[in-house]
Amino acid sequence: MTQPAANCPNCGARIVFKWSSSVQTVCEYCKSILVRTDADLKKVGRVADLPPDGSPIQLSTEGIYRNKSFVVVGRIVYEYDQGAWSEWHVMMNDGASAWLSEAQQEYAVSFSSTTPNLPAAAKVEIGHEFTWNGQRYTVSVITPAHYRGVQGELPFQYWDKSDVTFIDLRGETGRFATLDYSDPEPALYLGEFVEFEDLKLKNLRRFEGW
Amino acid sequence: MSAGKPPLSGGPPRPQVKALQCPKCGAAIVLRTFGQAETVACGSCRAILDAKDPNLAILQQFEIETSDIRPLIPLGTRGKLHGTDYEVIGFERRHATVEGIPYPWHEYVLFNPYKGFRYLSEYNGHWNDITICKDLPSVEGGFSAGSGSAANWVGETYKHFQTTEANTDFVLGEFPWRVRVGERATVTDYVHPPRVLSSEKTDKEVTWSIGEYMYGREIWDAFRLPGSPPEAEGVYENQPSPLTTNVQGIWMAFAAFAVFLLAMMIGFDLLAKKEAVFQQTYHWERAKTAGESSFVTDNFELKGHPSTVELKTWAAVSNQWMYLNYALINQDTGQAWDFGREVSYYQGYDSDGSWSEGSRDDTVVIPSVPPGQYYLRIEPEVDPAVSAISYSVQLTRDVPVLGIYGIALLALLVPPLLVSLRWYTFERSRWSESDHPPVQISGLTASSEDDD
Repeated sequence: MTQPAANCPNCGARIVFKWSSSVQTVCEYCKSILVRTDADLKKVGRVADLPPDGSPIQLSTEGIYRNKSFVVVGRIVYEYDQGAWSEWHVMMNDGASAWLSEAQQEYAVSFSSTTPNLPAAAKVEIGHEFTWNGQRYTVSVITPAHYRGVQGELPFQYWDKSDVTFIDLRGETGRFATLDYSDPEPALYLGEFVEFEDLKLKNLRRFEGW
Repeated sequence: MSAGKPPLSGGPPRPQVKALQCPKCGAAIVLRTFGQAETVACGSCRAILDAKDPNLAILQQFEIETSDIRPLIPLGTRGKLHGTDYEVIGFERRHATVEGIPYPWHEYVLFNPYKGFRYLSEYNGHWNDITICKDLPSVEGGFSAGSGSAANWVGETYKHFQTTEANTDFVLGEFPWRVRVGERATVTDYVHPPRVLSSEKTDKEVTWSIGEYMYGREIWDAFRLPGSPPEAEGVYENQPSPLTTNVQGIWMAFAAFAVFLLAMMIGFDLLAKKEAVFQQTYHWERAKTAGESSFVTDNFELKGHPSTVELKTWAAVSNQWMYLNYALINQDTGQAWDFGREVSYYQGYDSDGSWSEGSRDDTVVIPSVPPGQYYLRIEPEVDPAVSAISYSVQLTRDVPVLGIYGIALLALLVPPLLVSLRWYTFERSRWSESDHPPVQISGLTASSEDDD
């Protein structure tokens, strides 16, 4: 796969896409949010500095999920009343796009689901049950979150957000689902909790003294 | 991360441990979690600070009467648990009040930048290694936490042990949640030794955690602590039974032995020749017996290898007794086996109905009799009330001795019974501390808490 390259329309730095289907990226030099158009890259905004965090994951961290290797290419950072969490955008070696959620060292891998007729946020309460792809999920927590920033490559445009609601659901044996109400049309992600060890992560961040 | 600067070959700066000052008293505050902690409590002035705030805003100031609360594992100590290094970063004391008496326990927050948080709890020398449940348990016999009789988690059933109100009264160091002194939570423990499944319910949320029992010695080894851990008192809710073999296993072993014994018994019974070698019926009359009443039988042959000889005596006694002095004598060597057998049988009626005692039959087995020509010398002694009586003597060569199997079985029964008894005693003292104390045996100090 040839990696499409271009120059930052703001600062002229070379922009290389790790994932050919990326729609948006952030220039690592000038922090401009760049969106791909048919012809070139368009600057749509600038990312504020992300707060310092203790995440062991960083862009270009590699790992393995269900015997497929993946590489971290981007992330969205949210804040909620218990702190911040990251949705790391990962590229699987078969070209699929997936998400590695990281909140307080709890990890989950999920994939976008095209299930239609998702419930409106206002109609969902804790304890409600839904069945998607033959799995039953129970609403466990409704999180009002605040968009904090982005980094790297994303499969969609995501930059002019503020308050967003997430509804987390739990299924049996570590299955989980998230309803994302960032856009007018809700999005569903289905996945499972994973153990840090099982991801066999490489190229992790280093911590002083560890 | 790399704010404003291009990522150079050295990569972004490594997150570092932060050394700050308490805004209240100026004492050193160390932040060891690279921004993961929500709150940090100053060890000098008992102020709880906002760890997310660069200025460490004061969130709460608490008082504690005693000044001798000290973590057994000092903050900053690193130890290895499950192959991973963890650093002690936080410590809190909580207590539950039962019948007016506070029962305090301690909790330690452990941290690894890659693996996250882990917890240790300590109560009276009993330790637990605790993690937050990723899979949600299901509670039986109730909807929310605190009311179930049992809980299921990853295919295992945990029995309800107790539900208490936990009250935090002392905190030190960093916490990944917004810890406050005075914070209350309803803690429900379900046990499946050596594990304990706990739910902590506040008005905001329910958190489930899973703990595994650890001995003080293991903690001391993991954190390389000097000296010895405090002695564990009593039996803790999820303390594994000290019986090295599990009770079920030992009973299964017993059952296997019993089957083996039964097979041996059947085998030896089938192999035994049970050869009738002598049978004779005699008629005794007092009138004909003057002085010497003994006599000898004809010769008979005992064949094969040294083996058992069974002697059966039958006498037509009825509310009488008869005593027979026997001698089994080898004709060639003169070797003799002397023994006496009594046959007596009594019966009658009384206010309770009919009764009987004794038997007209008697059987005795002589072990290891070598082959050869033998005869019996018999000397009957008869109840003075009897003037004449019939009796018979029957000899059988090579009978199986089944009694020893019964003895063996009884002997084998001893270990499982002892283990079961010890298991019972241990479980009894475990559950006596729970919301479901075992029913008191009368005579022991009765103080069942279910009464009130």
